[in-house]
Amino acid sequence: MGIVITNVGPATTVQDAGRIGYMAFGFQASGAMDMTAFRTANILVGNDRDAAAIEMTLIGISGEFTSDAVIAVTGADVAPSVNGISIPLYQAIKVRKGDVISCSFARSGCRAYLAVQSGFYLKKVMGSYSTNTKCKIGGYLGRPLQKGDLLYFNTTEPCCDDGILYADRLLEASAGKAPIRKIAPPEALTSPSAIRAVLGPQDDYFTDKGIKTLFDGEYKLTNDSDRMGIKLDGEIIESKSGADIISDGIPLGAVQIPSSGKPIIMTADRQTVGGYAKIAVVISADIPVIAQMKPGDTLRFIRVSLEDAQRAYIDALKDVEKLEKRFAKLWNAAENGGLTGKIKSIFKR
Amino acid sequence: MRFLTAGDCALVIEFGNEISGALNARVKHVYDWLKTKPIQGVCETVPTFRSLLVYYKPELISFKSLCEKLEKISAEDLDCKTAPKRIIHIPVAYGGQFGEDTANVCAHTGLSEKEIIDVHSGTDYLIYMLGFLPGFPYLGGMDKRLNTPRLKNPRTKIPEGSVGIGGEQTGIYPLASPGGWQLIGRTPVKPYDPSRETPFLYKAGDYIRFVPVTFDEYKRIEEQAASGVYVCAEEIL
Repeated sequence: MGIVITNVGPATTVQDAGRIGYMAFGFQASGAMDMTAFRTANILVGNDRDAAAIEMTLIGISGEFTSDAVIAVTGADVAPSVNGISIPLYQAIKVRKGDVISCSFARSGCRAYLAVQSGFYLKKVMGSYSTNTKCKIGGYLGRPLQKGDLLYFNTTEPCCDDGILYADRLLEASAGKAPIRKIAPPEALTSPSAIRAVLGPQDDYFTDKGIKTLFDGEYKLTNDSDRMGIKLDGEIIESKSGADIISDGIPLGAVQIPSSGKPIIMTADRQTVGGYAKIAVVISADIPVIAQMKPGDTLRFIRVSLEDAQRAYIDALKDVEKLEKRFAKLWNAAENGGLTGKIKSIFKR
Repeated sequence: MRFLTAGDCALVIEFGNEISGALNARVKHVYDWLKTKPIQGVCETVPTFRSLLVYYKPELISFKSLCEKLEKISAEDLDCKTAPKRIIHIPVAYGGQFGEDTANVCAHTGLSEKEIIDVHSGTDYLIYMLGFLPGFPYLGGMDKRLNTPRLKNPRTKIPEGSVGIGGEQTGIYPLASPGGWQLIGRTPVKPYDPSRETPFLYKAGDYIRFVPVTFDEYKRIEEQAASGVYVCAEEIL
């Protein structure tokens, strides 16, 4: 069946790759903040890369499995354990019905992902499983997860290969030819983190001094940061004569400068349009880095060309494809019709 | 017209730097074009007052080649094209419990309640763009006689469907939200409903006409809308 949540932090939601095609109607994109960690979790358990997964912020979830499953935790180190046995991040793990997963406060990073093979049995809203808390749609009842929630999986009979081990048998060598479904976690964040950004679209609203400040200064994440935007504290960015524009579209990673002069990096739940000038845009490849930064962490912006930014984007995409090639897909939503017989009969009752 | 980079996966076509129907028509032209004849590699577009944000996949199309294609589309002479004008009729029950601030608007404008309704429902409003909330229309064309400053103390919750005036603007709240607009009426239809096959009643570039209805009609339409049988009238000119 699934997992019963027994403990959960305040900002834990179901996310996928986001709601595509409705931004023209004022609908936020949503989607996982750290797409790399999110996709890696899915690929490790044998899912489509963009299957729905649980995104946890700062505090990991705990819960009891009500069926066998194959799981992986990626992103922030929330110290996951199964029945008290610590499990590594970035590795697919087999769990049995009745097993208990526990996570704690993030020891490093900010957002962790829990993927389950076959994904969660939920309804897509406007083409996506992503939770949009502002509109109260998608994910689990359109809201963050709470203690007591029961999330069903799409299968109760996970497919395993020899590369997937139980938590209590992690030390056993892989019996067959399958590579252990495990990758090295990304390197820990440096302090300050180097965040690459491309100038524009409205860099002409700022003085040379303002642009220099952005790339010379060090900025600190404030407590006021969430999935909509990461608010930074640091030296004020000087504009030529105010940074208000006629409202226009806000791309992912936009560094907008409100009247306070302090930058805000716009992320997954950003509004589609806004009236603040955007001095630069963080490159796609560095959005996952931003997503793993906690309030109090510091960053420096590094100016790069569009060509370099697109090269980094394509490299990141190739890394995902490489990972997919390394680990075969074990579960296909289309072939299985999304549900196994067992679950179907439960819902018929 | 100019092209601006907006990171590695988006660009902005900016047609000018003012709010005008003429500039917005050029935005709509490219937006509509991409809807009917998609360019491979373009994922999504966001039309705004005077610009179009275009999200694209750099692995499928380069910035330069996308700009060239968009430039050709933008350069088409709009005058020789008769872009059809779609007008959506939105029923509104004015005043009473739904228009709590009507008295404020009367006091500020010097118009009677009937005059406010006549003037407000007597114009077709261009939807420059949608934003702020899903389906929240930024409308152009409100009669200046209706201009009324926002409330000094914004409400913490404006009910879904509220129609109001904020300064020189008018609009509908598709979802309950905090806000400082002067409320003059409410529509029983849902501008945004995720359970509907077409979640939104209108899109950027369409026009809205507010059609006054009685409170009895409001109730009837509300029931029909809830059971999914009510369809807003529309004209195409």
